Amino acid sequence: MDLQIFWFCLIAFFWAGYFLLEGFDFGVGMLLPFLPRDERERGVMFGALGPIWDGNEVWLVIAGAATFAAFPAWYGTMFSGFYLALLLVLFFLIIRVVSFEWREKSESPRWRATWMWANTVGSFGAALIWGIGLSSLLYGLPIDSDGDFTGNLVDLFRPYTVAAGVAVVLLFAFHGATFLTLRTTGDLSERAAAAARRLAIPAAVVGALALVWTVAVAVDRNDKDLFPPLVPSALGIAALALAALLVFARRSGAAFTMTALGAVLFVASLFTGLYPRVMVSSTDFANSLTIDSASSSHYALGVMTVVALIVTPIILLYQGWTYYVFRHRLGGEEHAADPVELSARKTGA
Amino acid sequence: MSPLASTAVDLARVQFAMTSLYHFLFVPLTLGLAPLVAVMQTLWYRSGNEDWLRLTRFFGTLLLINFAIGVATGLVQEFQFGMNWSIYSEFVGDVFGAPLAIEGLAAFALEATFLGLWIFGWNRLSRRLHLATIWLVALGTWLSAYFIMAANSWMQRPVGSTVTDGRAELTSVWQLLTNRFTLWAFSHVILVGLTTAAMAIFGVSCWHLLRRRNMDLFRRAAKLALIVAVPVTAVNLGLGSEFGVVVTDYQPMKIASTEAQWDTCQPCAFSLFQIGGFTESDQTPAFSIQIPGLLSFLATNSFSGEVTGMNDLQSEYERRYGRGESYVPPVRTTYWAMRIMAYAGTLMFLVAALGAFLYWRGRLDRTRWFLWLGVFSIALPWVAALSGWVLTEVGRQPWIVFGLLKTADANSPSVSSWTIGLSIGVLATLYVALAVVDFVLMRRYATTDPPESLGEGGEEALPAAGY
Repeated sequence: MDLQIFWFCLIAFFWAGYFLLEGFDFGVGMLLPFLPRDERERGVMFGALGPIWDGNEVWLVIAGAATFAAFPAWYGTMFSGFYLALLLVLFFLIIRVVSFEWREKSESPRWRATWMWANTVGSFGAALIWGIGLSSLLYGLPIDSDGDFTGNLVDLFRPYTVAAGVAVVLLFAFHGATFLTLRTTGDLSERAAAAARRLAIPAAVVGALALVWTVAVAVDRNDKDLFPPLVPSALGIAALALAALLVFARRSGAAFTMTALGAVLFVASLFTGLYPRVMVSSTDFANSLTIDSASSSHYALGVMTVVALIVTPIILLYQGWTYYVFRHRLGGEEHAADPVELSARKTGA
Repeated sequence: MSPLASTAVDLARVQFAMTSLYHFLFVPLTLGLAPLVAVMQTLWYRSGNEDWLRLTRFFGTLLLINFAIGVATGLVQEFQFGMNWSIYSEFVGDVFGAPLAIEGLAAFALEATFLGLWIFGWNRLSRRLHLATIWLVALGTWLSAYFIMAANSWMQRPVGSTVTDGRAELTSVWQLLTNRFTLWAFSHVILVGLTTAAMAIFGVSCWHLLRRRNMDLFRRAAKLALIVAVPVTAVNLGLGSEFGVVVTDYQPMKIASTEAQWDTCQPCAFSLFQIGGFTESDQTPAFSIQIPGLLSFLATNSFSGEVTGMNDLQSEYERRYGRGESYVPPVRTTYWAMRIMAYAGTLMFLVAALGAFLYWRGRLDRTRWFLWLGVFSIALPWVAALSGWVLTEVGRQPWIVFGLLKTADANSPSVSSWTIGLSIGVLATLYVALAVVDFVLMRRYATTDPPESLGEGGEEALPAAGY
């Protein structure tokens, strides 16, 4: 297979992994001010992410580095073009990352509230900007014949990209609620399920709208046929609709699977709509960056292909094992129970 | 170049210096603390001595507080290449991007995932498996350092690549990863990491010994720190000096500038301290203290070796790279960066050696002035490490990739000065706030008693357990 195509797919895969995994981290973060009744329950929500959030963020780091290495021109144009948006993302991600470590370092209510809000604001902000940013690649940005970005921050905000951003926020909130329903017990789990039911319709409707719009933009502005972008998009709509149904049917495991699929298919729709371009130029369609014009040499791609093919399955294995190790639900009612006991009780042992 | 464009480059430089140095406040401690915490846990695993478990958890928490900001500021580093240096990114991505991507896949994923398993896995994994997780974290941090140093070393000495159609292309990944420069720089940075962690553990232990609390516990920690610090600081002084000889092979201008050596000399004296003599128009220092023959020895391993001066190198570079431009880096900066690094490195060795002597004579916990010295010496490894990076990066100027691309030609054409200015303002404010909070947290944590509760029941003593 053509190595450019392989790396385009691999980068889409890394972004899909990021949306799937950090998607529910962001979702839980967004629900922090609304779901818990007290400090202990907020602690449970933080605890549900504690062992896994940094492993989830790895997928963003890998997606960024892979773009740099495989498509330097894409990386250079996108990162310099998205300057202020990325500065905001960095701000949101940084306050969110430190909130995980710092929140519990003091008992003071003000301190704890500060870091909870840091997590929430960071989650909302980063999700919104990633949605707007990735959809802008497809919608098109002012790019000149040298492949340089010539616009500013405002060019990222178009009705379609803002709709995609809002869809991502809602999708992640919904995904976080189904995740939390699964990961907790008792009252908190019940309230997470109630939140999932409230979010189901808006997330499914706005998500479906954004997915349809994505296909329309791909056809209209990126010279694509209806097929293949319609496939991941239709599957995405189906996944979101099923997720909504399953939430109301109280099938939390299956619902989580469907919100996860929804997040993955959202990324798949964007990338299927983009291919074979990586950034569409709104100045002149001919200036668009393609996987051929933006890519590294065959040798460099070959080297990284070998590394990626060996290492990626290993990462999936040990991250999968991490989720297995921390599969037990976290307490919704008891006070600071011993986790060993807790996991024994929840598994019915 | 228009004045406005030069402002943008200079601001991008300022931002890179600021964010990189800040990132490296956290990196060396992680590089050293991860393996040392792993050693402590191994000692507990082997001996069953609960003191080692307490120390593992105590210093493990410091590792965590530190790691979180390291991740956050590392993300800024990764994004920044594209944001501020898009010409650079497009020029080097083929070569420089590969070790960066491999770092993400093979190293960062490992350390981040297994750190989560280690923190929260105390009661969920068997003791043996749990011990393995902290060693995998340590392995991840070292692998990460290797690939990052490989990327940086390529900027210092571009190997395994050619320039085609105005961009660098990788021709041999083997040459890239076994760059002689990489092997030296990596060894140096690992020893810096171990030094930093050992000096930090030693300083914290000194503080607790001063308070005369948990004496047995911190005597153990101090001993472990000294066992690491004495040989590591000694070896690093020698290795650092030998690294200078290696650098002379590839970047003679950097070395000549760190010595403020304008004229070619043989034999050459080493300047310990000087006033003036740092600019092209003022090449002779007004005052200096010199050791005859030492510079020849440091640069060539012979007391009578010849060291080419900046004036001769400038003429040679003009012939090779084009006239009408200065190839001399900022001399004053490199001169003092090198000296601050070397003097701080020497001081660390002396502190460690004296500490080992006092420990051996059984007088460590009674020599209060020395314990205070130990506490304040915590700053030394950071002073040395940051100066070292200033030397490495400033000394490479005007090049961003040595001999291939100049820094002034490498920034993003689409990004205006005020945008970078705004970004510096945002990041600086955020970074200062984080530094203050982190310092307060670290200090408060490091000066409280280690948790008493142990074993399987000691859940509340677990760092960062969020239940």
